Amino acid sequence: MRNDVFGLIYTGESSMQLRDLTYSRSVAAVPFAGRYRCIDFVLSNLVNTGISNVGIVAQKNYHSLMDHLGSGKEWELHRKHDGLFILPPFVTRDNTGIYRGTIDAYHSVMGYIRRSSQKYIILVGSHTIYSTTYDDMLKKHIESGAAITLMYNEVGKHHPDDQFNELRFALEDDGRITDIQLNPNNPATCYSFCDTAIMEKTTFEHLIEDAYSRGETDFIRDVLLKKVNEIPMYGWRYDGYVGCLSSLSSYFNHNMNVLKREVRDDLFNPAHPIYTKTKDEVPARYVGDAKVKNSLVADGCVIEGEVENCVLFRGTHVGKGSKLKNCVVLQACHIEEDCELNYAILDKGCTIRSGRKLAGYDSFPIIIRKGSVI
Amino acid sequence: MVRKKVVAMLLAGGQGSRLSVLTNRVAKPAVPFGGKYRIIDFPLSNCVNSDIDTVGVLTQYEPLELNAYIGTGQAWDLDRNSGGVFVLPPYQSSQAGRWYSGTADAIYQNIAFIDRYNPEYVLILSGDHIYKMDYAAMLDAHIAKKADLTIAVRPVPMEEAHRFGIMNTDADERIIEFEEKPKQPKSNKASMGIYIFSWPVLRKYLCLDEENPESSNDFGKNVIPAILNDGLGVYAYAFDAYWKDVGTVQSLWEANMDLISEDPEIQLDDPAWRIYSKSPCMPPHCVGVDAVIERSSITEGCYVGGTVKHSVLFAGVTVEDGAEVLDSVIMPGASILSGAKVHRAIIGENSVVGKDAFVGAERLPEDGDYDTSLTDDITLIASGTEIAAGSRVPVGMIVNTGVYGAIEDEEE
Repeated sequence: MRNDVFGLIYTGESSMQLRDLTYSRSVAAVPFAGRYRCIDFVLSNLVNTGISNVGIVAQKNYHSLMDHLGSGKEWELHRKHDGLFILPPFVTRDNTGIYRGTIDAYHSVMGYIRRSSQKYIILVGSHTIYSTTYDDMLKKHIESGAAITLMYNEVGKHHPDDQFNELRFALEDDGRITDIQLNPNNPATCYSFCDTAIMEKTTFEHLIEDAYSRGETDFIRDVLLKKVNEIPMYGWRYDGYVGCLSSLSSYFNHNMNVLKREVRDDLFNPAHPIYTKTKDEVPARYVGDAKVKNSLVADGCVIEGEVENCVLFRGTHVGKGSKLKNCVVLQACHIEEDCELNYAILDKGCTIRSGRKLAGYDSFPIIIRKGSVI
Repeated sequence: MVRKKVVAMLLAGGQGSRLSVLTNRVAKPAVPFGGKYRIIDFPLSNCVNSDIDTVGVLTQYEPLELNAYIGTGQAWDLDRNSGGVFVLPPYQSSQAGRWYSGTADAIYQNIAFIDRYNPEYVLILSGDHIYKMDYAAMLDAHIAKKADLTIAVRPVPMEEAHRFGIMNTDADERIIEFEEKPKQPKSNKASMGIYIFSWPVLRKYLCLDEENPESSNDFGKNVIPAILNDGLGVYAYAFDAYWKDVGTVQSLWEANMDLISEDPEIQLDDPAWRIYSKSPCMPPHCVGVDAVIERSSITEGCYVGGTVKHSVLFAGVTVEDGAEVLDSVIMPGASILSGAKVHRAIIGENSVVGKDAFVGAERLPEDGDYDTSLTDDITLIASGTEIAAGSRVPVGMIVNTGVYGAIEDEEE
């Protein structure tokens, strides 16, 4: 257990890029890899670091997030001392309840931050998926004398198709960040921010109060970018798998990547397991003429048809004669008989009636909104 | 203390020696069943689904695994402020300290536990059956009949009735006679070992039974006959759904196979009657590019690269590419390496079947004599065993912990 650090997860990211998946839920609550929600990864990372005080800044569409988190007992955050704090917006004399940006959001939870007794804060977003502990990053932060340590990984230099709040760092040999670009059209470096920062709590308080007093709104644009040469910021390189859900096709691709053994072994390392809300579903059953290849299948599924290159979430039913290829099928979908689906993402609880055919393309998977009947 | 209407007492004591090496280090109720459960999940889930929130689990054989599994009872929603689930091992008191000498003695030694909740009724359960049963309905029947004792019974084929404890009843379901394994059975109502007592009645008869030095302190042999002799209201409660004893290797294998039969007699995916279990926190299972899976049940943490037909795989099982698993039960964390075959077998937890090994191979004359009285045609590998690459384990053999087949290999 670590008594010197607490976690703050921001879940109010703009979610337009995930289209219908975030129609009624925040990015944090978007289902991922068969049985998880995005937030399970960063939350488990914090817990696996031994952190027992975690605040979650909720902003909009947070009902399904609260339903998922409950008292935090699945993450062992139902504690007498500290534990899980869900921090939804509220209206006071100083607060409108509607945040103009991250600065507003952090400012409105300043009470929680002040009350937290830990020295360091780990600030994470919720649309980036990776599985690790923060021990090494904390060590590096303390040793380097950085005011802020930012986690990054190495990505391609070319302009990404689906850039979304992407930060690129220019680094010196010792890891000191000399320049930061936000959504560059022509990135100068391959080092991309992983939505994770460590600093002393007092530094964070000061930066937020200062920015708020100047009417600034965005922590990345108004604090990180502006102060990169003013205060020492260091990068901490992470070489594990990082999935940034910056678009629907990246959502699709990162789900599909879980089919690769090296990605699975990296994300689901028994040394730091990913915790999630359990549903007590029965094991998946293969009946009749089921044919399944290269797929991830969650508990509660009943498969009677053919499934290839798919991720099936809990409680999916694939009827006789149906053929699913390259699909991500969220919880409790019912695919009746003789359907054909290719490159489709089915949100929770969809029903595909017998004989229906749907197809997208690898660069443009189609998305079926939650609860649709086709 | 808040008064409880009913307290359940689960007799989980026995070693279950007919399960052979499967109960080497665990009590029978902690034996894995059905892909992600353990046997005790069934009575515990039945309790929770029947609104019974106070359960004592009586055990005196290898309690570690069972204790660790039950934990705070969170998995069954039994982490309660008042009540919850308690593991009750034998203990020393100022007068004496001794083992549980029989089923009734186990309850007698825990009278203080039951008294804490001052219940009206006590439900007695055993921990070796797979079934879904609404104990609340049985309690309603008990109350409606103003019974002192209600015994759950189920119909068995008349020609097999001589193997069971048989209840002979009148037209009102009142039990007039109890016969243990009768040669000439008069009815086919077999006791399921599930009893509801009115607590003052049970308390009185437990104390009487304890005073009798001749008694073997057993419910079926002593306490129930005594209550019947005294002419108290003892009624039968008929139960006629799926109910399977999993006390033998063969029946454990069969009950697992029942779950994947064409039209299963027991459905575990009933949202109104969930069976709860402790989650192993593993990702969904992954199916490889060349995998073939037919009529099987597979759960979290598994990887299937080879062929799996008519089998039940528990959490974290690996079936490597080119391996073959037929008609088998593979318990948590076991690995079947490439080229290995497993036919009609039960593979214990965390065991490894080495490359090109064959478990359940046809029996050859050179295999010599070995005892199959507990296994019949099921091959059984104890947990934590390593079957060396290329070795054969013939049909019905029991392989106990350690490494099997390695020495033979060196000779070759």
